[in-house]
Amino acid sequence: MIDRREVLTSAVVAAALAAVPLRALAQTAAAPAAAPAAAAAPAAAAAPAADAKTADQLIADFTGGAEAAEGGITLTAPEIAENGNTVPISFDAPGATSVLLVASGNPSPEVATFNFGELAGSQAASTRIRLATTQDVIAVAKLPDGKFGKATSNIKVTIGGCGG
Amino acid sequence: MDNVKPRVRVPKTAKKDEVITIKTLISHPMESGQRKDKDGKLIPREIINHFTATFNGKPVVDVALEPAISTNPYIEFDVKIPESGEFVFTWQDDDGSTYEDKQSIEVA
Repeated sequence: MIDRREVLTSAVVAAALAAVPLRALAQTAAAPAAAPAAAAAPAAAAAPAADAKTADQLIADFTGGAEAAEGGITLTAPEIAENGNTVPISFDAPGATSVLLVASGNPSPEVATFNFGELAGSQAASTRIRLATTQDVIAVAKLPDGKFGKATSNIKVTIGGCGG
Repeated sequence: MDNVKPRVRVPKTAKKDEVITIKTLISHPMESGQRKDKDGKLIPREIINHFTATFNGKPVVDVALEPAISTNPYIEFDVKIPESGEFVFTWQDDDGSTYEDKQSIEVA
């Protein structure tokens, strides 16, 4: 009896072991087939990359889930950008330790994160960014009291700047 | 990467504890990874992903850059000058290269 049971279990183990490489093979064979299909889909070109986070997710990551109230930061941006390839923006967040910039309508909304050190003369900076379409640009600042402030600016874009 | 040239404008002198504005620009294509070539293939991402500025070893500003930053990244910021010393500006490229520029300033 015992002998037979041992034979049975070992047979099951052997079958399971044999199945593993087969399944692995099947997966590797399926993966390359799936990739071109996804790339060929017309929607894939316009849709954000699969791993791109939304602007809300990025802000939640930055604040650790805390709510960002309006204020504490000023965002300066043009109302209309004729060329989305280079849109000048600047912000001023007195006392902030770090500032996150996101462009909610871009294929990947991250723009930049500024961290200010002890010699920073002010918590303000300017840069130039790309915007794909007309959209809201949001700046979130980590304020000295540990709270978060934000400012939003809607920018109308005539020619998009994220390629295509 | 070739043809990458950092340009930084720092005044030669300042008063003690004066706040000065520094303008930096580095020539770089900042290929976003979103564009396609004429055959419809995605052009691989190639951007400068990090910029830091220090003065006499102390941090001034540290910026994480994403593909949404324009070609030839431009960054302008303010610094408080406590003493004479040297600025070090560094840019980090996706391909692992770093570009550096140093500028000195005298407190009169």
